[in-house]
Amino acid sequence: MSELTRMSAVELAGKIAAKEVSAVEVAQAHLDRISAVDERVHAFLYVDAEGALNAAKRVDRGEVTGPLAGVPVAVKDVIATKGVPTTAASKILEGWRPPYNATIVERLQAAGTVMLGKTNMDEFAMGSSTEYSAYGATNNPWDLGRIPGGSGGGSAAALAAYEAPLAIGTDTGGSIRQPGAVTGTVGAKPTYGGTSRYGLIAFSSSLDTPGPCARNVEDAALLHSVIAGHDVRDSTSIPQPVPDVVAAARLGASGDLTGVKLGLVKEFAGDGSEPGVAAAFRESLEALVKLGAEVVEVSCPHFEYALPAYYLIAPSECSSNLARFDGVRYGLRVGDDGNRSLEEVMSMTRDAGFGPEVKRRIILGTYALSSGYYDAYYGQAQKVRTLITRDFQKAFEQVDVLVSPTTPFVAFPFGSRTSDPYQMYLADLFTIPTNLYGGPAISVPCGLSEGLPVGFQIMAPTMADDRMYRVGAALESAVGTLTPPAL
Amino acid sequence: MAAISREEVAHLARLSRLAVTEQELDQFAGQLDVILQSVARVGEVAADDIPPTSHSVPLTNVYRDDVPQPSLTQAEALSGAPDAFEGRFRVPRILDEEA
Repeated sequence: MSELTRMSAVELAGKIAAKEVSAVEVAQAHLDRISAVDERVHAFLYVDAEGALNAAKRVDRGEVTGPLAGVPVAVKDVIATKGVPTTAASKILEGWRPPYNATIVERLQAAGTVMLGKTNMDEFAMGSSTEYSAYGATNNPWDLGRIPGGSGGGSAAALAAYEAPLAIGTDTGGSIRQPGAVTGTVGAKPTYGGTSRYGLIAFSSSLDTPGPCARNVEDAALLHSVIAGHDVRDSTSIPQPVPDVVAAARLGASGDLTGVKLGLVKEFAGDGSEPGVAAAFRESLEALVKLGAEVVEVSCPHFEYALPAYYLIAPSECSSNLARFDGVRYGLRVGDDGNRSLEEVMSMTRDAGFGPEVKRRIILGTYALSSGYYDAYYGQAQKVRTLITRDFQKAFEQVDVLVSPTTPFVAFPFGSRTSDPYQMYLADLFTIPTNLYGGPAISVPCGLSEGLPVGFQIMAPTMADDRMYRVGAALESAVGTLTPPAL
Repeated sequence: MAAISREEVAHLARLSRLAVTEQELDQFAGQLDVILQSVARVGEVAADDIPPTSHSVPLTNVYRDDVPQPSLTQAEALSGAPDAFEGRFRVPRILDEEA
């Protein structure tokens, strides 16, 4: 394996800018690595070798500059890339090549990054394991018989397998953070509205948040700074400056957290984390206290209703959003024999094109929104969302950030949670409250349990994304990064 | 008692334009029942006087300036269509043949 694939994004950007190495060499090293290992990892749904090498040549010719000039990046397949297949890991979009770029893709290009390809995920970002990808699961580089997390398991696995130094994910209920946790990588969900959703294939529009994935906190902050910021094409984009997350990460890396208050959510304590996960979390918390942080117990009494509220709100929004896949404007069409009606063709197309988890959620959402059930389910879930938001606001009057394990369990073996969908949903127990509130949160590797990575989650107030990077970088300075076994 | 019946799931699938198979119906009915019994817990929260939150960003009526912008060409917009005809999306018939 080339040394270039071991380097951080910051190191690569520096060496390319100093002309110690060419962007083409860097791109080729990563493409070679993908050729060598991706048959086993299956992080990528599409590798755009030609596009990557052309983009790298433009950097080497000086036609493209920027803070990440020549640094390779992998992009989750739910994000529209002009002319490059974008499927959301669904059969209903097989072979679709979008006629436009998502805003964050434009920003990645403006920053000089080189896109390697599109990463695997649970279909339409619904899942916690990539087992719901229509194109087969991604395997965790730490143990190929285990899940890489989801939905963004491909992005996280690409990092852990040294196929890419940076990746883009999207987080609706934990789809950046939980894969980060179980692959020993860093995943950050920005403040909702802090990163543009334009060109992101919608799952749950009031929750979906694109964000950075990396192997260390500073790289994640740099990627965050490049993709974040107001976008007129997204009406929920926040028209405010992006907090200086890179400066915050560098400040945190100095290892001083004097005066920083960490909130420990009382209601999470009894919530069934595996013993090894709880132990790694405790040890990391003690490490942060040694750096000067203070731990304060806070109460968030409505967090226990976050999972039920989420599994009403997200399916409701998805049942509406996915109505656009009707076999008319793009994607699959099945059964159009000249005799069948539009409605029959639509129903056959959607049955053939969607996988089981997507169908379950569409049906669940249709139920929760239907007359007679709306008030008891969707309406009540929206009220609970208000109460969860108030819990966060009250907690942040007492502390700077909240901390918890990212997910209650380490990477589980394939097939162990697919027969009972609710068991799969429990993977997102600690990540979901943040999505309902809209604040930022990051998962940083904090140790191993039975040889598998554990993630430490830091949640911050809305538009205070810098705080989680400061604490995350401090944690990293204390416990170090994790190195997976050789593939 | 089951929160949702097989017949209800079949009805919801029809409303959702999903031509699910009998086998899928059997599977989904049981699974959705488990999920619904779990998520119904939101009803335990006393929230009568609590306003709903649809969205975490307090923005309303966001408009861009009314200035013409370049958009997709007709060919680009039709590029992903399963069937196109003379610059339009071609669809299966939507009305029964009438006398």
